[in-house]
This record gives sequence, structure tokens and C-alpha cells, in this order.
Amino acid sequence: MPLSKNELMEAYRRMRTIRTFEEHVKIEFERGNVPGFVHFYVGQEGCAVGVCMNLKDSDSIGSTHRGHGHCIAKGCDVKAMMSEIYGRRTGLCGGKGGSMHIADFARGMLGANAIVGGNPPLVIGAALSAKTLGNGAVGVSFTGDGGANQGTTFESMNMAVVLKLPAIFVFENNGYGEFTSHDYAVGSKDIAARAAAFGMPAVKVDGTDFFLVYEAARAMIERARAGEGPGVIEVIAKRWHPHYLGDPETYRSLSERQALSQNDPLVKFRVRTVQGGQLQAQELDRIDEEAIQLVVAAISEAAAAPFPPESDLLTDVYSSYP
Amino acid sequence: MSRKTYQKALNEALKQEMRRDPHVIVVGVDVAAGYTSRAEDAPDDQEGGGMLGATAGLIQEFGAARVIETPISESAIMGMCAGAACTGLRPVGELMFVDFLGVCFDQIFNQAAKLRYMFGGKAKVPLVIRTTVGAGLNAAAQHSQMLHSIFTHIPGLKVALPSNAYDAKGLLINAIRDDDPVIFMEHKGLYEQVDEVPDEPYAIPFAEANVVIDGDDLTVIAFSKMVHVAQAAAQRLEKENIHVELLDPRTSSPLDEDSILESVEKTGRVVIVDEGNPRCGMAADVAAFIVNKAFAALKAPVELVTAPHTPVPFSPTLEQAYVPSVEKVAAAVKRTMAYPSARA
Repeated sequence: MPLSKNELMEAYRRMRTIRTFEEHVKIEFERGNVPGFVHFYVGQEGCAVGVCMNLKDSDSIGSTHRGHGHCIAKGCDVKAMMSEIYGRRTGLCGGKGGSMHIADFARGMLGANAIVGGNPPLVIGAALSAKTLGNGAVGVSFTGDGGANQGTTFESMNMAVVLKLPAIFVFENNGYGEFTSHDYAVGSKDIAARAAAFGMPAVKVDGTDFFLVYEAARAMIERARAGEGPGVIEVIAKRWHPHYLGDPETYRSLSERQALSQNDPLVKFRVRTVQGGQLQAQELDRIDEEAIQLVVAAISEAAAAPFPPESDLLTDVYSSYP
Repeated sequence: MSRKTYQKALNEALKQEMRRDPHVIVVGVDVAAGYTSRAEDAPDDQEGGGMLGATAGLIQEFGAARVIETPISESAIMGMCAGAACTGLRPVGELMFVDFLGVCFDQIFNQAAKLRYMFGGKAKVPLVIRTTVGAGLNAAAQHSQMLHSIFTHIPGLKVALPSNAYDAKGLLINAIRDDDPVIFMEHKGLYEQVDEVPDEPYAIPFAEANVVIDGDDLTVIAFSKMVHVAQAAAQRLEKENIHVELLDPRTSSPLDEDSILESVEKTGRVVIVDEGNPRCGMAADVAAFIVNKAFAALKAPVELVTAPHTPVPFSPTLEQAYVPSVEKVAAAVKRTMAYPSARA
């Protein structure tokens, strides 16, 4: 089913917003304006957006420590995200979570998760809720090639099959789990192939091609919604930046790093839609401009926003205590 | 009202809450006595449930959509329950033995416990994890621990330790209705304990200690099965004209600090009895609190009667020496009463 013009524009907008957001946060981080750790999603925009364009607010996603892209793809407010990364009270989580714990339950974003392999069990829980409440929703877990080897991931995959849950496991193979390559750490060198052994279907696609990701996700998600059970999608797209800002990147060569930007999901999307006549270059240019304006405004608002007062330290540990 | 076992009381709590609220589900290994894998010749009236029977009859009444038997995958079970809790359900997950917490602790202490806080109050996790604790059944080192102090230490978790059938039903109903993650610790040696238990549902609030015995001479604070050990010691000591006040906190998190302080201000002497290991345990925690807040009232040092700093041994004679005994509690009380003259 072809995407409408509005959907194509929205997809591009989300990908461009992620790219611009990450690039600007990088600059602010290097200036010392962002506390803690940041992990950038640049190069992988096609993965999050390709999947999330198939989802509604009532669907749930779980993410990793590299969660800005999934947040934006799921429709989280960009200004509130920036405030959160800046640790301000106006942040999506009141400044209590930060970059690695960004969440927005109103949008079905169950959180970035700083524990590798931490989200798959939570996502199958969201899928269990959807199945039990009969609301037709799905749960989508985003996990990296590193998290693909965690016991929690394997347990969740088996559990999803046994209980026939509407859960999709998206494995984002960006080449490296921290400093260690997928080729070393995945013994079989084939994440998607594990799915069959667990009893569910899998598909492996080029994650730098939004359309391939979108189609693969659409089929898997519709299948899950129809009650046919879980599935795996492995999307392959290198991350352009180091694991965290400051990582010396001895695990990949200079030539490999230089070649990364030759496989740009945004460029591929633009070339295809403009040459295919679905969109015009100036429409995309306008979106590029608007993304910059949005992110710049988000940064200036975040930088000016108040920090949480000390009394916020003690709030929201519990719903009530005692 | 009728006499029921602790096991029956738990079962009633689950049934009544599941009838009241369709969002309550039960999840775990063998919670339906292996219903998923019944042999063709299994009797139709088979109603077992769970390792110790607390979930008996649930799948027959509520069906497989609400009583979910799982593979043995504790991380997936606990995480799935946490994820379901923050997306609209009220799961009661079962961690068959608390000793298995190591297999799934991240999903409990880093995920379930912290989602609400990390997400600025936007998530709520109305999750109950029921688990069995305690020694005395010769189940050996990896099936006999208490570990309640580990959960108590974690901000975001609540911990309940019912010592009798009446408390078991009321605290479990309260736990299911509570909007926070509750670790509900059932002592395996108490499952056959019998008490008068109301037939209708009732909720016992957390942080409300039970004054098991009123007394003026000395305050004994005991957790879980140790309440019964302390009670037996108190009965012996009555004959020696020592009148012990026995407090059962019922929950270690939140803790009824007011009742503890009130009792200590009255008696000035304290013995704490806990089956956990001594380092960083509940006895140490409560003692520090008492010494900090009621120092002026104290007439003697606070005595702690706990298990030793060892794993739980298998051999019955050794296990008996491991678990705090009536004799050890009575001796601690007498030492405290005699202070400063008799200090071991």
C-alpha cells in the first residue's frame, strides 16, 4: 500500500528532526551544556521512523540507551525532550530521567532503557496488556546487536511465542555493541536467523532504506495485530557517531568511518521521492528548515528553563507512602 | 469468619480481588499446577496451583487469559509483569522462591521500582510479586533465604511480610489494590498456620504494625515467622514475670516507625528478632533507627537475634541452629532486662 503524500512528508520530517536534533545536541554537549551521557542515533533514522510510521499512540515501544530517535519517531514533543536532556523541570520526565530514560506514556513510549536488554521484557508486558484488554495494540521492542545477546532478550522472545503475544522485536544492527563488533559478539553472525529457532518469523532489511523498513514492519505489525503472534525484524544501519561522545573508536578504521555518510537514509529518501515525483525538492527543503528552527528553539528554551527544585528529589518514588 | 490456613487466606485474597477487578491477572511458573500441560488422564477436578497451592482453583474460575502459566524465565516473567502493570493491568506475578531473585533482579529493582521516578511520575506500576521465603524445611541454601532487607533497601519497592493467615489475606488484598510494586513475602513454614480469617474481603494498610502482645518491660520486634518464635519466648518469660511487648511490623517498607518509637519510649528495652542474615539486615536497620530517634529512652543496648552470617545449611541440626530459636530470644530478653549486670 503506497504511502500518501502527507505520510511521506511526515516520515521525512521525523527523520530530519532526529538528524537535526542529534547534531545540535552534539554541539551543545561539546560546549558542556548537557549533563551526563548522550548516545546518538545519526545514520539509523530510517529504522525508527520506518517502524513507527506503522504505529499509533496506543501502541507501545521500548527503546535502548540510544533512544532519542525512537522518541521522536513515536511523536514525543521535541522541546520537552530537549528540556529533559538538559535536566530541566519542563522536561518530559521533569528532569528526573535524562537522555537514557526519556519516556512519554501518552505516546506509548515506555522509555529509553539504560540496561542493555532491559526493555524486551517490559514490551512483552505491554503486548500482554494489549492482548488481555483486547484493544488491538502491539508492543515493539527496539534492541541493538549488543542487546540481542542478553538473556532477557531470549527469554522475552520465547515467552512471546509461548503466550502468542502481539510483540515485534526490532533488532537494530548498527555494527557495534559498545566497542565490540556484531561480527565478534553474535556467534552465528545472524541475529534474524535466531527467530526461527524460537518459533517466529523474521525478516532482515537494509535499515538505511526507509521504504524497506516501513514495508517489513507493516507486514509484521499487521500480523501481530491480527493475533498471529510475534516476529523479528533485523534492520542494518551503521551508527555514524561513537558509542558515546568521547569514545576513541579504535574498533573501526578511519576509512570505515569516512564511508559512513555515503549511505545516508535522508539522502536516499530524498532521491527516491523527488525522482519518483511524489515530493518536490523545495517541500523537503522547507522541512529541513523547519526542523532546524524547531531544534534551535528547543535548545534555547531548554537552556532557559528552570532546574527542578530540591523538593522534586523526593517526589514520585511511590504513588503513596505509606 | 472461620478458621483458615495461611494458604487458604492467600487463595481467598486472590480470588476475591480477581472477582472485583478484571485487570488483576496471575502470572508465573506452574500457577495453575501445570494446567498447560495436563495429561489426558489427569482428573477433571484437579485444582492445584502454585508450588504451595496458593493459586489453586484460579484457572478454573478465571480462565487461561487471566491465569497465565509461563516457561521458567524469571526475567521475562517479572519484566512482563512490570510492563503489563504500567500499561493497564494489575498483575500478581509469582517468584516461586525469593532465592531466584538473582535471576531477575534487574527487572525488579532497575525497572519496576524506578519507572515511576525516572519518568517524572508519569508511569505507575501496580505490580505484586508474591514469593516464598524462609528456612525450616531443609530446602538448603538456594531455597531458604529471607532477603527482605535487599528489597527494603530499594526506593520504589514496598515489602510485606505477613506472619499469620489473617494478615496474609488483608495484606495481599491491600497489595493488589496498591498502585506501587509490592514484594509480598510468604514464609513457607507458615502455609499451614491457622487463624480466624473473615470470609469477606478486607485490606490491612501498610506501615501499620500489629501489637501482638501488650507489655511494659521490653519491646520485641519480630518479622514474619519470627513473630511466632518471639511469641513462644514471651509466653515462657511471662512465667518469670517478664512482660514483653511484641510488635509485628507486617511491612518492612514502609515501616511503622511511630508504633516502634511509642513502644520503645514506654519500655526502654529492645530485642529485634529477624531470620535474615545480620549484615545490612532489617534488625540492623530498625536498631539504627531506634538508637537515632529514641536514645534517651533506652535503658540497655538494643539486642539483635538473627541468623548467622552464613548460607542456610542443609542438615536439620545445622538448620535448627541457623534459625533464631525460642531459647535465643528468651536469653536475649533476659540479658537486656539484667543490663548492665549480665552482658554476654
